[in-house]
Amino acid sequence: MAEYKWPDADKRNFIGKRISRIDGPQKVSGRAKYSFDINRPGMLFGKIVRCPHAHAKVKSIDTSAAESMPGVKAIHVMQEAGKELMWAGASVVALAAVDEPTAEDAARAIKVEYEVLPHLVIDTDPKVAGDYTRQTNETKLGDPDKAFSEAEVTTDGTYGLAMITHCCLEPHGSVMEWEGDNVLAHLSTQAVSGSVAQIARPLEIPATNVRVQQDHIGGGFGSKFGPDEWDITAARLSKKAGGKPVKMFNERDAELMVAGARPSDYARVKIGLKKDGTITAWECQSWGSGGVGGGGAPPMPYIFNIPNQRKQHTNIINHVGSQRAWRAPNHPQACAITMTALEDAAAAVNMDPLDFFMKNIEMTGQRAQIYSDELKIAADLIGWKNSWHARGDKTAGPIKRGLGLSIHTWGGLGHPSDCDLTIQPDGSVELKMGTQDLGTGTRTALNIIVADTLGIPMNAVKITIGDSRYPSSGGSGGSTTIGGISASSRRASLDALDQIFAKAAPALGAAPEDLEAAGGTIRVKANPSKSMIWAQACSKLGASPLTVRGKNPGPGKLTDQGVGGAQMADVSVDIETGIVKINKIVAVQDCGLVIDVKTAESQVYGALIMGVCYALYEEKIMDAKTGRMLNPNMEFYKLAGIGDIGELVVHMMTGKGYDERGVIGLGEPPVVSPGAVISNAVANAIGVRVPTLPLTPDRVLAALDHKGGK
Amino acid sequence: MQDDDDVKEKGSGLSRRRFLKVSGISLSVPLVMGHRVINVAGAEVKVYGPTKVPIQLMINGKASTVNVEPRVTLLEALRNELDITGAKRVCDRATCGACTMIVDGRPVYSCSVLAIEAQGKQITTVESLMQGDKLHPLQQAFIDNDGQQCGFCTPGFVVAAKAFLDKNPNPTPEQIQKGLGGNLCRCGTYMGVRAAVAQTAKGGRRNG
Repeated sequence: MAEYKWPDADKRNFIGKRISRIDGPQKVSGRAKYSFDINRPGMLFGKIVRCPHAHAKVKSIDTSAAESMPGVKAIHVMQEAGKELMWAGASVVALAAVDEPTAEDAARAIKVEYEVLPHLVIDTDPKVAGDYTRQTNETKLGDPDKAFSEAEVTTDGTYGLAMITHCCLEPHGSVMEWEGDNVLAHLSTQAVSGSVAQIARPLEIPATNVRVQQDHIGGGFGSKFGPDEWDITAARLSKKAGGKPVKMFNERDAELMVAGARPSDYARVKIGLKKDGTITAWECQSWGSGGVGGGGAPPMPYIFNIPNQRKQHTNIINHVGSQRAWRAPNHPQACAITMTALEDAAAAVNMDPLDFFMKNIEMTGQRAQIYSDELKIAADLIGWKNSWHARGDKTAGPIKRGLGLSIHTWGGLGHPSDCDLTIQPDGSVELKMGTQDLGTGTRTALNIIVADTLGIPMNAVKITIGDSRYPSSGGSGGSTTIGGISASSRRASLDALDQIFAKAAPALGAAPEDLEAAGGTIRVKANPSKSMIWAQACSKLGASPLTVRGKNPGPGKLTDQGVGGAQMADVSVDIETGIVKINKIVAVQDCGLVIDVKTAESQVYGALIMGVCYALYEEKIMDAKTGRMLNPNMEFYKLAGIGDIGELVVHMMTGKGYDERGVIGLGEPPVVSPGAVISNAVANAIGVRVPTLPLTPDRVLAALDHKGGK
Repeated sequence: MQDDDDVKEKGSGLSRRRFLKVSGISLSVPLVMGHRVINVAGAEVKVYGPTKVPIQLMINGKASTVNVEPRVTLLEALRNELDITGAKRVCDRATCGACTMIVDGRPVYSCSVLAIEAQGKQITTVESLMQGDKLHPLQQAFIDNDGQQCGFCTPGFVVAAKAFLDKNPNPTPEQIQKGLGGNLCRCGTYMGVRAAVAQTAKGGRRNG
């Protein structure tokens, strides 16, 4: 019976090394096929007619002109007359036509009359929101009244983050195809296995008749878990068109309007503290919106378990396309508000925020030592001791420079995951799993683990994922994939190896438990010269291959949860133009045992860059009057470019104390802190807090004006 | 519903994007087949469409003919008619660079070039860089430096980087950042892309 643990550092061939992703050649050559790239014989193109109003009732729908157009093959009315529509961009009618230009013309020929109703799309003031709010009860911890009355210093500020969207480069959508009673779905999804039932239910067919396939996905970030209504509609159109495949993907404007958003969050925060920097009390009244779906519930104060607290949150439910999970749901908001308010508190008692965080670090609980270690490493990497100055860069000229810091946490426990590992008598090996590779390196991690465990080269293993016909594996969200897939593939590999050992042992004149797999051989541990090559050992299987099912959860401690990270930023701000420039960001992160250092670092770099985007550039700008999104495109919904990110430094906490914990997810945690570190660095540079992210030039200049007027 | 293929005159009402596509029709392209000539204010003008017209494209050294309406972009013609899908449609209005192709030696946003305008020109796509199983050194550098995550922007970046390096064989880091400023990535692969371009310029290959 195998012992289910990870190999010791000196026994690892690939685990914990820097390995290039195995699907790299496919991606750099354009050969990688995304669902958006699927072209099927006789394929039709789908289009959706969307409601232009933020709140309206459908009065009438006239599809007759479109129906008589040559090339239009199917029309499906998604919202009948009388239906109330709750956001601009809501789907009303769908159609499929022989080519895209025809589909566009047909969509334009469909006439929908609306009764326009009052709307609300603004979320910055809960008083304006009136009836559109849901207040949660006030919660209390300790004795906040007493703590504030006894506080030697009290700070008071307002902080916030605007709503942003996922802006996946591959839009949401699918190619849906009926084949008799079955549906083949080429879906862009973060949940290959989990989408089957969600497609079957609305179509009223058995889930066994649905197959989901996806080789590659062009971004999800939490917004692509199940099929969307337009995917189900594409399947309906396919059926109406006699089973011809229908390709239905959002245009860019729809993608930004309706395919998910990260809720905004704003808060008025009061902090009570002693003059020596000890934090004693926290009070916050927060509000935010996630559109029609309501907002989030950011856990505040974030990480610091301040002994006395009073908190109350108000959800604004307005006429904006609904929120979806966005990488580390609720954490970036909670972090940006808490860590900036705490940095203001440090400034109020004239303390270096690094000293301030260290002084209160015990309030972070069980990971206090990790945060402390990480903050020290980050400080060294950014040169905190030499470069930090008290708030407000006093050097002459318009360019002001500053430093900021923050810490964050996440869970990241592995999700349920099954896999089948097949070893053929000729020694070839294949692992099948109904998971997906979001670009995080899932395929590569599986390949590393199987090859490392079986002691064979990586190219001797075939990794086959992205099909619901393979054993079910969880959706890729919440940093749960790497733990789940690593544990199940390791268990399958160890179990398979046990059986190979049993077959090979007699020929090697040893007991199975005395054997090991290394260097492409099965050999006697105590006498490595007694060995046989891998293929020879596998030939002992006889005529039939060996297939082993690996599972997670399962025996042994292969995955864990709970990580900490520390980040610091160095920025320059031009106080004449309000433009913020990133000089450097440092990320120090733990995530247990790292399977592939190269792709893990990429995840952290990517999180920092995404963080620069939401800290400085991106915002879903809604027009109060028309209720429509003003920037549903990529020239005004701004993302950072290659020249906007400064220098990024990543330090992974690995080795003793970390590796033994097993594998923990990494996708979410490093995206949590960038908003806070950049905001704190800007405040340090210009001497005043810019309260709301993104820190656009107008907001920076307004904050400077406000300071001047004080 | 009528049966198709001979699609007739379309409805009116020009969107900004349709205007872009329609306005391209007036460009005179010598190799275009199937045009007609009309008299506009005393001058003879070639008119193509609005129905489908055969268009000949020279893609990666190979001639292909597609039958599309004149409003169809180069990107859509390749993706939808020829199943050449390396270039992606993302912003669809010349902002993000995911559709980058090289046309007569210059990188272009193929989402904003009409197929009809690309006739008679040499079109190079990402598919041409890898010969059989042999990667172009730039592609190898993207792999070595992990200049990709989901990979959706990657073909556009590879092509833009190829065009950039052809013109700037020894770029400084600042030139790389400026030269590739026309491409956007959402996963955040810029560190790897910078390193990949720098590695290719040096002609070297970094380990692992």
